Amino acid sequence: MATLAATVTQRPDRAGKRQKINWTPYLFLLVPLAVYATWIIFPMLFSFYLSLTSWDGVSPIPSPDQLSLGNYDRLLGLPLNGANPPDRDFVTAFNNNVTWVIVFLTVPTTLGLGLAMIFNSNIRGARWFKISFYAPLILSFVVIGTIWMWIYEPRAGILNSVIVGASQALASVFPFITPLERGPGWLADRNLALASILGAAVWRQVGYVMILYLAGLKNLDPSLVEAAKVDGASPWQLFRKVIFPLLAPITTVVLVISVIDSLRSFDLVQVMTPLGGASNVLANFMYIEAFNNYQFGYGASIAVVLLSISLVIIIPYLYVSVRKELDY
Amino acid sequence: MANTTLSGQIALPSAQIGSTPKRKPIKASRIALYAALIVLTAIWLLPFFSALLTSVRTQDEISLNGFWQPDLSALTLDNFPAAWEQARVSRYLGNSFIVTIPSLIATLFLSSLSAFALARYRFKLALPLYFMFVAGTMLPFQILLLPVFKMMNDLRLYNTYGALIIIHTAFQMGFCTMVLRNFMKTIPNDIVEAARVDGCSDFRIYWQIIMPLTLPAMAALATLEFTWIFNDYLWALILIQSEALKPITAGLAGLRGQFTTNWPLITAGSLIGVLPTLFVFAFLQRYFIQGLTLGSGK
Repeated sequence: MATLAATVTQRPDRAGKRQKINWTPYLFLLVPLAVYATWIIFPMLFSFYLSLTSWDGVSPIPSPDQLSLGNYDRLLGLPLNGANPPDRDFVTAFNNNVTWVIVFLTVPTTLGLGLAMIFNSNIRGARWFKISFYAPLILSFVVIGTIWMWIYEPRAGILNSVIVGASQALASVFPFITPLERGPGWLADRNLALASILGAAVWRQVGYVMILYLAGLKNLDPSLVEAAKVDGASPWQLFRKVIFPLLAPITTVVLVISVIDSLRSFDLVQVMTPLGGASNVLANFMYIEAFNNYQFGYGASIAVVLLSISLVIIIPYLYVSVRKELDY
Repeated sequence: MANTTLSGQIALPSAQIGSTPKRKPIKASRIALYAALIVLTAIWLLPFFSALLTSVRTQDEISLNGFWQPDLSALTLDNFPAAWEQARVSRYLGNSFIVTIPSLIATLFLSSLSAFALARYRFKLALPLYFMFVAGTMLPFQILLLPVFKMMNDLRLYNTYGALIIIHTAFQMGFCTMVLRNFMKTIPNDIVEAARVDGCSDFRIYWQIIMPLTLPAMAALATLEFTWIFNDYLWALILIQSEALKPITAGLAGLRGQFTTNWPLITAGSLIGVLPTLFVFAFLQRYFIQGLTLGSGK
């Protein structure tokens, strides 16, 4: 969709006079910018400063002459004073974030696009089917986490009830199968905790991707699709060669959102595995180091690393957006 | 958190495309599609089903009979009043509203001011400032946590509603400004010029011409922002300590520590806690969906 030609509401200059700065826009921006600078920009810069200190969150903040890269050395294992390995908890959290990104880039995207394609055709009852997929979006992560913790509850939860019940039913039919006494521990199991949390996260994310793609499909030029049909394209060719390429802008947004959301994940992990450990992501690792262990300086350095990782996505995205904006 | 919708405009609906069945659809594939869809939908609804069924039972009864064989004669609604009073869900919900409503109004108002400046004037900083707001919507919250915590403490705002209202207002401004600015840019200039010729002041152009025309975007944005602010957990965790001031998210998270083995009570509390956003969704569904796609229309 093209934005209408950029609008200029500045008063036309009288011929020959030098253009004066029009202060009106700055007047409108005064209060919003003051709020934004105080509570977003300044804290962001301040985090950089804190990351160079050993502040504990209680005593006065260390002065500029006490700054060091010690936190980063401990976190990443910088080759400063000899080789030391990076913080093991950091490596765990980082790897979990990577897993989260990979899962978010593949599972909800594919499911969401597939569902959007189905619901965009005139399938009966689409309205009601759709609601079941975007209903999770209105729930807070705390509620999602709570509901899923109960699903994963090892003894009476719905999941293990099904698994144990099914194994017993199978065993009664096939004598060579031993029935399960109990199911997996899910969130309590080091190896399954992250996957369990991701199950809940994907449950929510699918509807979001679906909504984005549905909006994109509605905006496609129907004549292009009709033309391909007239040319005898099979449904798969139609999707592969016409629809999917036309959806490229939406796909970009979906991919960017998937990565950003993965890096932001905090609530679900915090709610479902409050003690942290094997399922920690960087955001939780940071929270635990700062607020549970009173290592604010160290926590700040984790936040800076997390921001730097996010910038890998944010900067190219902004660059493309700026160029688009300048084209208008 | 999914509050990263990106640079945006409202998606205008146009003709539907897709597989309009002109040729006879193949029966078997159609049935298979429906079957797959029904299975997937059932899986998606299972968590809701699990929560609803649990909320009307007792923990003892569940332990005795297992999840799938509920004793229908023992179903009870007692968990809901228990959650409402003993578990203080009423208090938590009230707190959520006290925080959400002012934050919503403040962030929408401030964003409309900055969006107006960025959309309707041509000045050097217009684009850099716009992209500053856009970038802000994608930040990880963690980069703000510690300084905001410290500043709120210094200002004696720690553990007050005010702390949450301020940070929500500030943080949501990035997204709201981005969306409103892009929407305001689509308003034709003729209207504004006509008003200007009639001697309309800049503020009146903002308030009496642009704002009324921006209301559809505002409505969609308000619905979405209500849900986001209402559902925030992180800031409540960082900035609120007193039980009496906790919003519903932090309150519910605390319940689990307190009533560890009473899942029916916890689930009933969660279901009550969902009602406000459910209400918004049920009545403003169109706006909610529109809000979510606000960012992606480009």
